[in-house]
Amino acid sequence: MTHPPADGRPLDLAIRAIDKAFGSVQVLRGLSLDIPDGQFVTLLGPSGCGKTTLLRIIAGFEAPDRGTVTLGAVDLLALPAHKRPVNTVFQSYALFPHLRCEDNVAFGLRSRRIPEAELRPRVREAMETMRITEFARRYPHELSGGQRQRVALARALVNEPEVLLLDEPMSALDAKLRHEVQGELKRIQRKYQITFILVTHDQDEAIAVSDRILIMQDGGIAQDGTPEQVYERPVSRFVAEFMGSANLLPARCAGTPVAVCGFGELHLPAPATWSEGHLAIRPEDIEVRQAQPAVNGVAGRISERLFRGDHWELLVTLGDSSTLRITTEPDQHHSEGEAVWLELPPDDLLVLRD
Amino acid sequence: MSRLPRWIGWASWLGVVILYIPLLAVAILSFNSTRYGQQWGGFTLDWYAKMAANEAILSAAWNSLLLGVASTLIATVAGTLLAIGLHRTPWPRWFQRGSDLAINLPVVTPDIILAIALVGAFAVLREWSAVFKPGLVTLIIAHATFQISFVALVVGSRLATIGRDQVEAARDLYANTGQIWLRVLLPQLMPGIIAGALLAFTISLDDFVVSFFVSGPDSTTLPLLIYASVRRGVTPEIHALSTVIVAGTMLAIILTAWLQTRRDATPKD
Amino acid sequence: MAGRTLIVDGYLTTRPRLYGRGTLLILGAFLWMGVFLFAPLAGLAVLAFATRGEYGGVEWTFTWGNLVRLAGWDEFGFSWNHVQIVWRSLWLATVTTVLCLLIGFPMAFWIAAKPARWRGLLLALIMVPSCVNLVIRTYAWQQFLGAQMPAAWVAQHLGLVPEGSALYPTVAAVYLGMVSCMLPFTVLPLYTSVERLDWTLVEAARDLHAGRLRTFRHGILAQCMPGLLAATILTFIPSLGMFVISDMLGGAKFLLIGNLIQQQFGSMNDWPFGATAGLFLVLASLVALWGLRLVSERETPHARGRR
Repeated sequence: MTHPPADGRPLDLAIRAIDKAFGSVQVLRGLSLDIPDGQFVTLLGPSGCGKTTLLRIIAGFEAPDRGTVTLGAVDLLALPAHKRPVNTVFQSYALFPHLRCEDNVAFGLRSRRIPEAELRPRVREAMETMRITEFARRYPHELSGGQRQRVALARALVNEPEVLLLDEPMSALDAKLRHEVQGELKRIQRKYQITFILVTHDQDEAIAVSDRILIMQDGGIAQDGTPEQVYERPVSRFVAEFMGSANLLPARCAGTPVAVCGFGELHLPAPATWSEGHLAIRPEDIEVRQAQPAVNGVAGRISERLFRGDHWELLVTLGDSSTLRITTEPDQHHSEGEAVWLELPPDDLLVLRD
Repeated sequence: MSRLPRWIGWASWLGVVILYIPLLAVAILSFNSTRYGQQWGGFTLDWYAKMAANEAILSAAWNSLLLGVASTLIATVAGTLLAIGLHRTPWPRWFQRGSDLAINLPVVTPDIILAIALVGAFAVLREWSAVFKPGLVTLIIAHATFQISFVALVVGSRLATIGRDQVEAARDLYANTGQIWLRVLLPQLMPGIIAGALLAFTISLDDFVVSFFVSGPDSTTLPLLIYASVRRGVTPEIHALSTVIVAGTMLAIILTAWLQTRRDATPKD
Repeated sequence: MAGRTLIVDGYLTTRPRLYGRGTLLILGAFLWMGVFLFAPLAGLAVLAFATRGEYGGVEWTFTWGNLVRLAGWDEFGFSWNHVQIVWRSLWLATVTTVLCLLIGFPMAFWIAAKPARWRGLLLALIMVPSCVNLVIRTYAWQQFLGAQMPAAWVAQHLGLVPEGSALYPTVAAVYLGMVSCMLPFTVLPLYTSVERLDWTLVEAARDLHAGRLRTFRHGILAQCMPGLLAATILTFIPSLGMFVISDMLGGAKFLLIGNLIQQQFGSMNDWPFGATAGLFLVLASLVALWGLRLVSERETPHARGRR
């Protein structure tokens, strides 16, 4: 199950300067992107950011207004959807209701007129990989949501596509099942070693499965990086807010590595590029101290304390009555109402683009 | 909901009685051996035997069947293509609205208006070809004309339930246009086409008014025969015939309903 | 935009090609309907203003004469004949509709109150007769109302009809036939709206100590308005064009617009006047539709938005 391209070049996906508008709504704006062969990439963003449209352009269900999409040396845009070496797992799964599971899985191979003798073992293998062999003779309406999703995956993977597109495939599953499937997806991608492009609006899911996350905003890419980079070092306020957990601090800066916040001054590793903007700091990077620390110490009072199982979550109200969220080890004990010092280490303070 | 006043039940049974009692009366009379009048003269099956041997009745039954099958075939093909063409083409809005109106027109227009419109059309067309002289051909054309709408409506509503993602999924799985139709759309559309055809056939058998206006001397159908026999004086054979038709209609409906539930039932191995 | 590549269902195509394919698909049906339905219907509207030829043909001399005749004036002066026919048709359709609603509304509640598995069966029970040809059902009424049948026997002994005579042709027989013919089409739309009734509103009306009539009007009737409207339309408009039932159960003197049209296209051979009567029928139906819409809009403003 390897993909030696005929001319020996890797099957990298190259997306160049894609524009797409629906009527007067500009959905994608000059979007460019390179995805190396075999990478698990997630397009992450709120609804309306253009991620599904990008997926549909790669699959061949939409034509871009401008731009190119190539896979290795092949111009994908010149091919209709049924001639692209790309398969899709639809959000609705789009299983064929009149076909049994095994016939759903065999659909793509039969379209290409693969002989039954060759087709059967491939279908069986795909169903075994997805652990749906026992449902082979059932119809889609006799399956649960999770089982249907496995059929949809098997139906796509059995064709050995160069690229697998997944359009929010887990949005219909409950939380527990979603966790299971996330692990499964990772396992399958390793096994088949093909490019996976997943579209989702769930940041936890993106972090759990991806090699690389692309955060999309208004038809462009807001940040491109590993899950660690995107999670720990959001580059803009949008990314920080979307990823959710970081504390956002409005601040002013006058060309020196010192930022003025409502509750006091903070030292930065380098001067900010703006005069007024936002800083970010992750809850786990803030240290709680009994005495005033040497740099970037801020006084506050614990207003709320929540036990989260593996950590404590503290809400600390500062002098300007803004609030910081902090996580601490479970062995640290603080009480509500307690006055504390917080240390915001300069190296952990992120200067955000707005 | 449980505290319905008692008179509601009575009124409802009155409705059921009004619907069924005449049919029941004819069924009983069809077993009555009295030739003239309605005095009970003892049980007999003679009228059924006589009916089965009556040339006029048999030829009318044959005409009805021929008319139903031929017009249904035409209407099913034309109506299905119409529904597909309307639903799977990105027509401008005004065209879609106009088409909807056009399809619904025969459904809401009173029978008698359709009938006289067709009579007029055939009168004009007759100047031009003898094919349009009153007879089986005009009957088939007339029935197909209003059946097309019903087929198009039924097939169209079925087509609307097949999501765009089905076609996209098929396309994604390397199916070309022909394969999409043969392997995805038609199999899913089939129940709608069959339902549309059954409805069209029922409407054809049910029609009297349009047939009355456009039929000719050699194209008497069963309803026309019964209507004519009322004027000439009824024989108990007509009772037998009516009872057979009523029983046949009910059987067909029960059969259809049974097929429907069987189709809906989950197939298991 | 023409000629630009589009993707429809994953296939590269152009707008002209799509329209070409679509036109091919719908051409057959629309051509058929155009020749045999739309053009003739338009022709009918023109025919209504033409003149009857000397030997029964059509002369394309345009005149208001047919309308004037329908209103009662002909070459011999005014007669109530046509006015009576028009009035009788409207009255018959109205009374039939009211009777069907009076029986059909309780039936809708009756079915809706049954356990779910019975409802389908009862609905089928009510719809099945409507699939039996109208002529056969009307013929069955003739037999049921025949002189030697129990119904006639009772009427004869009560002195309602002379000894030995049947209960048809009579006006009452026409109403029986009409109600039994139209009832299924009244019950079905009523049932669909009764089934979706929100009973909490009925309870609320009762809690507010509304009388039975007020509870019915505000709690139930307002909610059933769409179904009531559909039932009225589906009963009234076909009743208006009926001619079989009046012909078979009402006798030669009980003429309706339907009979009038049939006569003009049949024995009288006066097509222009028949077309005028047909045009009147269509206009009356449209006026009825429009009037009912007005009523429903006045009755249901507060119910809007709940659906």
